[in-house]
Amino acid sequence: MRKNAGVKIGSFILMKCIRMLTLLFAICLISFLLIKNSPIDPVQAYIGADMLKVGPEQRERIAEYWGLDQPVIVQFLNWGSALLKGDLGTSMIFRRPVSEIIGERFVNSVVLMLTAWVLSGVIGFVMGVVSAMKKDTWIDRIIKLYCYTLASTPTFWMGLLMLIVFAVWLGWFPIGLGVPAGVLAEDVTIADRLQHLILPALTLSVLGVANVALHTREKLIDVLASDYVMFARARGEKGFLLFWRHGLRNIALPAITLQFAAFSELFGGAVLAEQVFSYPGLGQATVEAGLRGDVPLLLGLVLFSTIFVFAGNLIADIIYYVVDPRTRESRTI
Amino acid sequence: MIPNLKTDQKLKRFYMNRRQKTLLTIVVAAIILLCVVVGGALLDQDQIATNLTERNLAPSLQHLFGTDWLGRDMFNRTIMGLSLSMGVGLIGAIGSTSIALILGMAAATMGKMADRLISWLIDLFLSVPHLVTLILIAFTLGGGFKGIVIGLAVTHWPSLARVIRAEVMQIRSAEYVQISRQMGKSRWWIATHHIFPHLIPQLLIGFMLMFPHVILHEAAVTFLGLGLSPHEPAIGIILSESMKYLSSGMWWLAFFPGLCLLMIVRMFETVGGNLRLLIDPVRANEK
Amino acid sequence: MSVLEVKDLLISFNQYTSGLKQQQLNVISNLTITLEKGEILAVVGASGSGKSLLAHAILGILPSNANVSGTLRYDGEVLTPAKQASLRGSEIALIPQSVNYLDPLMRVGNQVRTSARVENPVTAQRKVFERLHLHENVEKMYPFQLSGGMARRTLLSTAIVSGAKVIIADEPTPGLDPVVIKEAMESFRELADSGCAVMLITHDIVSALSIADKIAVFYAGTTVEIAPVENFAGDGEALRHPYSKALWRALPQNDFIPIPGAQPHPGDLPPGCLFAPRCPLATPECDRGQPEMRTLRDGMVRCIHAT
Repeated sequence: MRKNAGVKIGSFILMKCIRMLTLLFAICLISFLLIKNSPIDPVQAYIGADMLKVGPEQRERIAEYWGLDQPVIVQFLNWGSALLKGDLGTSMIFRRPVSEIIGERFVNSVVLMLTAWVLSGVIGFVMGVVSAMKKDTWIDRIIKLYCYTLASTPTFWMGLLMLIVFAVWLGWFPIGLGVPAGVLAEDVTIADRLQHLILPALTLSVLGVANVALHTREKLIDVLASDYVMFARARGEKGFLLFWRHGLRNIALPAITLQFAAFSELFGGAVLAEQVFSYPGLGQATVEAGLRGDVPLLLGLVLFSTIFVFAGNLIADIIYYVVDPRTRESRTI
Repeated sequence: MIPNLKTDQKLKRFYMNRRQKTLLTIVVAAIILLCVVVGGALLDQDQIATNLTERNLAPSLQHLFGTDWLGRDMFNRTIMGLSLSMGVGLIGAIGSTSIALILGMAAATMGKMADRLISWLIDLFLSVPHLVTLILIAFTLGGGFKGIVIGLAVTHWPSLARVIRAEVMQIRSAEYVQISRQMGKSRWWIATHHIFPHLIPQLLIGFMLMFPHVILHEAAVTFLGLGLSPHEPAIGIILSESMKYLSSGMWWLAFFPGLCLLMIVRMFETVGGNLRLLIDPVRANEK
Repeated sequence: MSVLEVKDLLISFNQYTSGLKQQQLNVISNLTITLEKGEILAVVGASGSGKSLLAHAILGILPSNANVSGTLRYDGEVLTPAKQASLRGSEIALIPQSVNYLDPLMRVGNQVRTSARVENPVTAQRKVFERLHLHENVEKMYPFQLSGGMARRTLLSTAIVSGAKVIIADEPTPGLDPVVIKEAMESFRELADSGCAVMLITHDIVSALSIADKIAVFYAGTTVEIAPVENFAGDGEALRHPYSKALWRALPQNDFIPIPGAQPHPGDLPPGCLFAPRCPLATPECDRGQPEMRTLRDGMVRCIHAT
């Protein structure tokens, strides 16, 4: 019986992954075609300011080097087969392999996103619970006002406000960059990194709580109005015990899955926060690649962000599948 | 006696019920929007002309939002920026709503294959972060007005398309539609007489809820430098320019334009959210 | 003395009518009943007439947008919300309608144990399960895994395990097969015989008659008659209210004569006697305000013409 369940969940994950692969292939093809049709000339983007010094012959040679003189389909196949071998190509602006840059930037970003993700998840959940338990009191009104306002706040503006208050007025934090300028990489201490991490992480957390809190509030209000909570109250349960036994049990799972499924917004938020705080993460790399026409890097980042979002959704699905008895035990009995 | 009887019943008379509140919000929102749009249209380049004698002024009665490093009045710039952002947002949101309507109807009416294809397409768009898709499309189209509008239109439709698909499916299975079909009415007749009228509220609310997101995304992409060109007086441009002057303490350059954007977005969310609650039969009768 | 006394209970909700106006809906009005020890009182009325709210009002668990007035007494003491809260589950127990009233994510054994007010809830729960012929692996199940009969017995066991003196069963029979219904009804009789007071809220008049001692006939949010069960016999000539008679005669095993018309909507109640528009005995006098509940023979009735 147990083994059977293991097989079932294996095939469930396999199906998800197959679907993902079809999506990933489509995204590869579509983004490749899109980028190839861009009016931005990759050769020019590569050469940059040295444009005047480079003759047409040299340009052709560069184009040949990048394989840009071949038909688009051939280019796609070349890129695709290299991709399958794990080679994402070489970034034009950083002049280094794309996979290396993504790996390096990912470490920075993951610290930022994870901090924001955990903070906003926990605080948002607690806020949502308090708000729902105290529905229609002043504390609920304040939390609701806060969340609704924050849900419509532009991330980058919140970042700018943080900069104005904490970096300019109070002078507690540096104005930008993931590490202090002019310091060698090995001399950068954890304290330095932390100092540069706090503001962007704070920005993302402050905004991130809104979604979780509002969702948890709605869900808990529904649960509290449900027949089974009414019956629990009829049996004399109340207050915190009632919440602990029936509320938490029924809202924790949706909140956790929501938080995993929000990887897409998290990435989007990170792009903006990193840009405001000049934090050298994936988001900033994406903007750079887009602005300066770094095709291999942009393609690599699109694929990476897709996998990132997919991973979040897959984890959410698996949690639901494994934890919820309605899906778990209906299969084993 | 059961003291459960609400003693604040009398107090409640002074509060408005939700329908009245919604109506009031819509009216207020409409007035503010009208002011912004008319203001944006009336203002021209002269109002934000460079005036080097009045550079870097903090907010005052003369210049409500202060002036920038070229002596331009920030209040006028903000109004123009908002009106531009809303214009772009409006086109983007209309485009996205249309895509949602067409794909949602197609998924619900054109058979299993179309349904699968469209649901796959929805997954496709949801699997890449919105902002990354926007950057990709803006890059492809070389940025600018066209890039941003197309980008906004193709990224916001998936959730509304799902709602419309579900709604159409439900209407199609309703008895009166079945009867019309048996009476030999054509597909087109059923679509225009039964299905479309029922979709209008959903479409309207979907649009109202989508619009603020579209505006926010437009501002974000423009802020990143991949949207509207730096010569346009857009909010995103104003904010990204302000970054250079933050360290010199000119907070008003970023504070007021962002706050106005926030207020506009918030207003649309409120109106959309209230409208949705009003047509939701389960919650319509709450206070 | 009665264990539970409900006098002039009124429950109302606010609802939007048209446009921007709200209207008050009286779902239950002028409701008066009493409950005695060792006795089963069946509250009988058509489905969807707000009978469940009566149970919720007694327990003090109405939704917050409900407005309540009237007097409730338990053992002669007035029930305040605080008093209700302390009695819930220990003195007064509810047996709800369906499996939806169990927490979907909690094993049913645990849920039954939470209502036990004894030192060892686990043994108490197992004992009750055994008594109700529930297999021991049922306690490990989740509500969605229970069959209709199992769910019914599980819900019943929550009340038994609590040791409450007043048990309110809300629609305990719909959707069950006759054997299970009979079994459920017998367990109510057993509870009453052991000294509990049982209020059976149901639309299933036939099952109710088989075990109840008194029947309260519920119409449009109020009781029109309270009669001993023996009165429901023959052509119903011993019954007092025209609605009770009509209800009795509408049963398939009697004359099977349907009552013309429909129950009035709570937003559109008649000014006088609530049954007047459908009543064969109605006179202009009936429209002059709702008749008071009065004692007649050994029952009670709300009709000026009843003799």
